[in-house]
Parts: sequence; C-alpha cells; structure tokens
Amino acid sequence: MNDTHFSGAKFRHYTLRTTLYILLIVGTFVFLLPIFVVVNTSLKDPAAINLATTWRLPAQFHWQSYAEAIEKFGPRIWNSITLVTNATLLSAVIGSLNGYVLSKWRIAGERFLFPLILLGLFIPYQGILIPLFEFMRDARLYGGIPGLIIIHTIYGLPITTLIFRNFYIEIPDEMLEAAAIDGAGFWDIYTQIVFPLSVSGFVVVIIWQFTQIWNEFLFAVTMTTGAAEPITVGLAQLAGGEAVQWNLPMAGAVIAALPPILVYLILSRYFIRGLLAGSIKT
Amino acid sequence: MRNRQDRLTALLMLMPTFILLGIFVYFFLGKTIYYSTTDWGENPSQPALSENVIRQNIGLQNYQNLMTDIIQAMFRNSLTNMFFFFVFFVVGSVAVGLLLTIILDQKIVAETFFRTIFLSPMALSFVVTGTIWRWLLQPDGGLNYLPTVFGLEPFHFNWMNSQDVWFQFTWDKVPQYLTFVGFAILALLAVRRVLRQDWRSASFMSALAGIVILIFAAGVWDRIWLPLDVPEAEPSIAPKGFNAALVGVIIAAIWQMSGYVMAIFTAGLRGIPEDLREAAQVDGCSNLKVYTHIILPQLRPFVISTIIILGHTSLKIFDLVFAMSGPDNARTVMPGILVYTKGFRQNSFAQASAIATIVLLLVIITAVPYLYVQLRHHE
Repeated sequence: MNDTHFSGAKFRHYTLRTTLYILLIVGTFVFLLPIFVVVNTSLKDPAAINLATTWRLPAQFHWQSYAEAIEKFGPRIWNSITLVTNATLLSAVIGSLNGYVLSKWRIAGERFLFPLILLGLFIPYQGILIPLFEFMRDARLYGGIPGLIIIHTIYGLPITTLIFRNFYIEIPDEMLEAAAIDGAGFWDIYTQIVFPLSVSGFVVVIIWQFTQIWNEFLFAVTMTTGAAEPITVGLAQLAGGEAVQWNLPMAGAVIAALPPILVYLILSRYFIRGLLAGSIKT
Repeated sequence: MRNRQDRLTALLMLMPTFILLGIFVYFFLGKTIYYSTTDWGENPSQPALSENVIRQNIGLQNYQNLMTDIIQAMFRNSLTNMFFFFVFFVVGSVAVGLLLTIILDQKIVAETFFRTIFLSPMALSFVVTGTIWRWLLQPDGGLNYLPTVFGLEPFHFNWMNSQDVWFQFTWDKVPQYLTFVGFAILALLAVRRVLRQDWRSASFMSALAGIVILIFAAGVWDRIWLPLDVPEAEPSIAPKGFNAALVGVIIAAIWQMSGYVMAIFTAGLRGIPEDLREAAQVDGCSNLKVYTHIILPQLRPFVISTIIILGHTSLKIFDLVFAMSGPDNARTVMPGILVYTKGFRQNSFAQASAIATIVLLLVIITAVPYLYVQLRHHE
C-alpha cells in the first residue's frame, strides 16, 4: 500500500520533471530559431536564397556577404565605435561623480535634485526630438557624430547617476569620515577611496551604456546624415530597400549584433545588473 | 569631509548635470508642448526649416485636426495600433516571462544556460530584431515554411501585409466601450470588497460604478465626444480595429522582451525569504499552492512595474516597427513613428510636436501608478 503510493508520487515527480525539460528545450529552440535563420541566410550564396528553402543549410559557406556588408556599411562601423567609446566613457565618468556627490555629500536640495534627474529616465525621446534638432542645428552640431556623442552623454546621465548612487550608498560613511579626519578633501576621497572601490560599478555602467548606445536608433536616424550615420541606420537602409538581397541585411544584422552579444555572453552578470537598475529602483 | 569648501565643490560637480538635464529634458519638453500650439510647418509663407521662421500661436488647432481631420486618419490609426500592440505585447510578454521564471525556479540543471538563452534577445537592438523578423515573416517563406521541414503543408498567413482587421469598432462607440470597461472594473472591485466583507469600500466602489453609468446615461459623453465629429471616412475601406499585420510585430517584441520580464521576476523571486516558502511547504501546501498563495502575491509589485515598463515601451515604440514594416505602413504605424515622419520627413513640426505631446501625456499618466507603487513599496 505504502509502496504503491510512493511509486505513484515518484512517477508524478518524473513526469513533471520531464515535462519541464521538454518545455525548456522547446523554448530554447523557439528563442534560437531567429538567430539560426539569420546566420544561415547570411552564409548562403545570394543566388541560392529562395524563400521556400529558408530552413535548409547552405550547400557551401559563402562568406562574401560579410565582406560586402562591411563594405556597404563603410564608415558607419567606425562611426558607431567612436560614438560608443566617447559617449560611454563621458557618461560613466560624470555619472560616477554625480553618484558620489548624491550619496556621500549632504548637499542642499538633494531631495529635490535627485528625483529631477531620475525623471529623465521616463521621458519618451520623441518628446524632445524637435527642440533637440533645432538646438543641434543652431549649435552647428547637427548631422555628425560629435553631436550624437553629446546627445548620448546627456541622456545617459540619469541612468549612470542612478547606478553609481545606488552603488556608492553601500560604501560605509565611516570609511570616508576617517579619511576626512586625516585631512582628505573632496577629490582625495574620490580618487583614493571611492573610485578604486567602484570598478564593478564602472563595469556595469560601461556595459549598459555600450549596448544601449550601440543599439540606439531614434537619435541616430534623426540627428545624423549620410556618411556620419551609425551602424543601426546603415542596417535599416540595407534592409529597407525595395529589391532586397536578403544575404546582405542578414550579414549586416550579424555584424551589428555581434559586439553587444559578445559583451552580453562574456559579462552577462553585469549586463543583468544594468538591466535591472533601469527597472527596479532601490 | 564636511568643510564648506568641499561642500561647494560637491554642489558645483552636480551643477553641470542639473543644468544640462534642465535644458535637454525639461526645457525641451516645454518647447515641444509650445510648438504643438503653433503653425510651424503649416504656414506656406514660412519655410519650416528657415532659421528665423515665424511661428504663430493657433491654440489647440493641431490637436483638433489630429482628432477630426480626414487626412489625419493615419494618426488615429496609430493610436488604435498602439492600443492593440500594448495589450497583446504586455499580456504576451508577462505570460511568457512568468512561465519561464516559474519553470527555471524548479532547480533546473543548466539553469544559467537557459537563462542566458532566454535573455539574449535583450542584447540585440530593435533594428536587428526587426530586420531578422522581417525576413522570418515573408509570406512565402520563413516561419510559414517551417512546417515543410517536417514534411507538412506551409502556412499561408500574410504576416506584415495582411489586410484582416479584427475587433472592429467605430469611433462613436468608444464612449460605450469605455463606460462598459470602467463599470466592469469597478463592479469587480466592489465584489472583491464584498467578499472580504469590507462594506465601506464596497459601497464606495458601487457608488463609483453607478456614477460611471449615470454619466453615460445622462449623455455627458455625447456632449463631449460627438462635437469632435470624428470622421468615419469610408469605414468599409479602412475599418478600425486590430490590424492582423501587427501580429508579427507583437511576436517579435515578445521574443525580444520576455527574457527581460523573466529577469525582473527572478529578481523579485530571489527577494522572497526562503523560510516563507519552506514554512508553507511544511504546512502541507502543494507546490502549486505555494505559487498561487505565496509567490505570486509577493511578486505583485514586480508585475505592476513590468506592466508599466512594457507599457512605456509600447508608447515609445519606433525602431522595431521601422525596421520590420517600414515607417510608412499604415497598418502598423505608431505615434512614435509619426513624430519622425511628420517632423523629419514632411517638416510638419507643429503637428509632430502635438503627437509627441500626446505620447508624453500618456507616459505621464501611466507613470503615476508606477511611482505610486514604488513609493508605497519603499514605506
């Protein structure tokens, strides 16, 4: 009696576990399916690409599409690299200083300043696009990468400030007080204590800003023109034409996706921390 | 550390950010709202792109045009599209995200591997996602031909170009729908209060429900709504409703964002004390009951935050649709796209500003419950 009951429970247990794993494996296939199709199509000879044979593997690998896509992107890959490097570093450094001030210095109006900075996380960028365009044009910054660097630095400040502030709050105040008693000033404390302790904070912020700016499209398509466009605009053009050769946009999509995907795969722990910082405020 | 000069330095360090955000966020938002009340781009004698263009204030004319003018039907379509996108995208992402969270909570082997896969689309840009799915959803290939791999017949759904429209409605019926939805929600809340024997709020909710019905019965809606005179231009040619062409966009968006939902829910799950679960299990709760009675209620604030975040994604949606079906596709057009086409292609800056202002208003309205939850969660 007891035995049959026990094996019944065991049976139920194993059916449940099997079902869970089947679901997970099906889910994995569904999630990877689009990736498979892109890579598959990008490696096919354009003459062999035919809608009905999407799911067949290429007869032989055809790497030329990548060379062609890189050629079509032209300066746009380099534009994205310049843009991302500068805007990421600038917004990270300024955000770090802001976070330091907001978490460690009881400055007047902090309760008022911090929410005002945070609200910048919520605004839809469509809401500032037209005045921004006007401003950039009048400042003679419209159309190029320097202007886009400024834009991404500024609109990146709310999130970088938030992440660093929450990071620095964990550093015990006593540590800084002790240094202050020894005569350390604002900058000494930052360079000698706070900055050395914030390596992982910088990793989170840099990864987050890097992927966000690399992937961004709205500012890119409205604020840059021609040879100054970043890679996302180049990809949209590659794929947007009327008579599309699908091997090219697919190779382009792989190239455009590669840097953030690599960063994600190597440093996913830090990527998730950035991801959650933007959604759950502590 | 607290000497006066250092405090001044601290304040000075914060000032650039404060001033920059003051200009680039708050001042620009104000400017957009102001431009929405002008004729910038509408007056033929004033070239829109001239640096000393004269803008005349025309009050709320742009908004009225957007709501009533026949040639602005595209905008009203975009609102409808956004509404249906929002509903199905949020429900789909939360459902898939919750399912993944619960499955991966069962002490799964290689849990990290599965998590990495499910979250990976979040590292892609919407433009990449859009490009990929555009190819996948070609009518005579891609997903439609997936069954042929198993020797089955292909599907024939015409994804991005489908002309089907589901849940058709007409604008003059909208007050009825709103009344019905409002009444249903309030009645449901009232019933829940009655079940909890909370008579005071039950009667309050019932009273509110009654007021909603009264407002409708008294014809207040008709007074406000009908003078807007929203044109129903040839409804047989362009029926309003859920455009089937949006289904593909919704699937692509769920594919990209459900891993994100999973990440948020997982973070919430990890915040639930382990002893709470164990105590429930010791008390003889079945696995299912632990979820319905302990875990899901604890996850509630995270669910609400997620809905708001995904709601904001829907309100701002731009790049995904742009890359998937192009900026000019009337069946998938979104307000966020119209700001771009009207402003940066047609130089109708005032109208683009009016649309941007409407998007902004919607964002603010939906951010209020979010901030409420966040603040309450803090206390």
